[in-house]
Amino acid sequence: MSLSTHNVSVGYHGKAIVKQVDLSIPEGKIIALLGPNGCGKSTLLKAMARILSPIEGQIHWQGKNIHQMASKKLAQQLALLPQTQPIPEGIKVKDLVAYGRSPYTGFWGRISNADQHIIDKMMQQTGVTELAEQLVSELSGGQRQRVWLAMTLAQDTPYLLLDEPTTYMDLSHQVELMHLLRKLNLQGKTIITVLHDINQAARYCDHLIVMKQGKIVTQGSPESVLTESLLKDVFSLNAQIHLDPIAKTPMCVVE
Amino acid sequence: METRSLPILLLTLVALLIANLMFGAVSLPFKQVIEGFQVGNANYFTVHEYRFPRTILAMLVGAMMALAGALVQGVIRNPLASPDVLGVSHGAGLAAVFYMTFFPNADIDWLPTVALCGSLIAALMLWWLCGQHSSTIKLAITGVALAALYASCIDFLMLVKPLEINNALLWLTGSLWGRGWNQLAMLLPWLLLIPCALWLAKPLNLIHLGDDSAISLGVKASTLRLLSLAIAVGLTASCVAICGPIGFLGLVAPHLTRKLVGGRHQLLLPSTMLVGAILLLLADLVARTIDPPIELPAGIMTAIIGAPYFLWLLFRTK
Repeated sequence: MSLSTHNVSVGYHGKAIVKQVDLSIPEGKIIALLGPNGCGKSTLLKAMARILSPIEGQIHWQGKNIHQMASKKLAQQLALLPQTQPIPEGIKVKDLVAYGRSPYTGFWGRISNADQHIIDKMMQQTGVTELAEQLVSELSGGQRQRVWLAMTLAQDTPYLLLDEPTTYMDLSHQVELMHLLRKLNLQGKTIITVLHDINQAARYCDHLIVMKQGKIVTQGSPESVLTESLLKDVFSLNAQIHLDPIAKTPMCVVE
Repeated sequence: METRSLPILLLTLVALLIANLMFGAVSLPFKQVIEGFQVGNANYFTVHEYRFPRTILAMLVGAMMALAGALVQGVIRNPLASPDVLGVSHGAGLAAVFYMTFFPNADIDWLPTVALCGSLIAALMLWWLCGQHSSTIKLAITGVALAALYASCIDFLMLVKPLEINNALLWLTGSLWGRGWNQLAMLLPWLLLIPCALWLAKPLNLIHLGDDSAISLGVKASTLRLLSLAIAVGLTASCVAICGPIGFLGLVAPHLTRKLVGGRHQLLLPSTMLVGAILLLLADLVARTIDPPIELPAGIMTAIIGAPYFLWLLFRTK
């Protein structure tokens, strides 16, 4: 078990939002964190990315407390795409993506040929190659999200943490992103993503973790997790579960 | 954009260095300036003892104040931030005015040390009020509030001790008048802060992306912020101690440079030092030559350029 939380409580200003969570992230899967607003799914993700320090408990990477590891070492293992990103002034797309190589470069941040190869590849995979010379501040919200994704991917980590990565994208780019995640997963990456769209999670993710009021309610494959009673309990939704006619995964239809 | 501006900036700097040696109350042709470096030459005093150290000092102070500004703007992530928002210059001003009004007969050579202590105490005050983990907005607002407090204390001192007001006012405008080799020697040890600042170029780029991304890319965000601000305080304090608070340089120079070379700190930090040096050399040149033999303080010149620029910036920023 590479990434695990042990009795972790975490929140803001000493007030716990996530409460005493024990969790082992199944390796090599696409994992979705689901739950209503304020349930603590983003907070838990941030804690795993060591953005937030736990109030109690520990988070372990390969048996070691992540807050006691060298930050550059850990940055070669875990990458995070935050939910919102500031708009840096005077930075070109190609520069921003190159920043993703920071955990590997020396003190002056010089990019090697091998680094450049990875940068080019990730820009291509996220479809931002033709934006390379543009300023990040001039892009649309969806374009910017893809550029940041390329930066996060350039970090080239076995674990990828994404906080609502589809929020600002139109539907076709959302689908493209989920396909890209599938492809990266086949290459061996473990992907943990916060999602709002239950059907998207059921269709593209292997493992769902459902949270409510800072606790994990249930977890497992989409087939085992998504039930009508769960939707009622967690999301206060009256909905039916049907089979997606194409992907044969469970699909929630609201009554 | 990018590196193309560098040669132009370098040429401008060299031209201004020469111009500062040639022009002043008396204009000297280039040949006489060169000859003036020889001991015993008729212009030795004007060139070697007076204009040369002052020109070098203007170059260094301009570069250091601009670098401090770039560091502060880098970690506060706001183009309107500058070392002034840390209250450091006003702290120095208060200490200097206090010294001048209460000890009018004291040795003026101690003034830089007193001002330096004032600015460092102001920095510690800000640190004590905010602590390591407070937000940058809290830091900036606290700094501005403290600066206002120091400014009102300065006004109070000058009102109750009106006899000493002239020296105090002159010092508070920021000037290179009368500064020479002694002051240059005082500044030298502080030049060590420049390589320290350049060392932070890479993590400063990542702070630009927000704390979450920076931490995820392996930067210790709060440590970096503390380190950058401490270096900015050191740079500002040492300059203010020697020349008084020369306004707007730390705000305008980095911002102008970002427009010229972009936001990558590997290029931004060295370039902003060039721009800062150019601005202060220009300000001092104009201040010395506009109405000779009367000299204006360079601080007035930077304010004349800086204040409208700041307003323009403010209206442009949504």
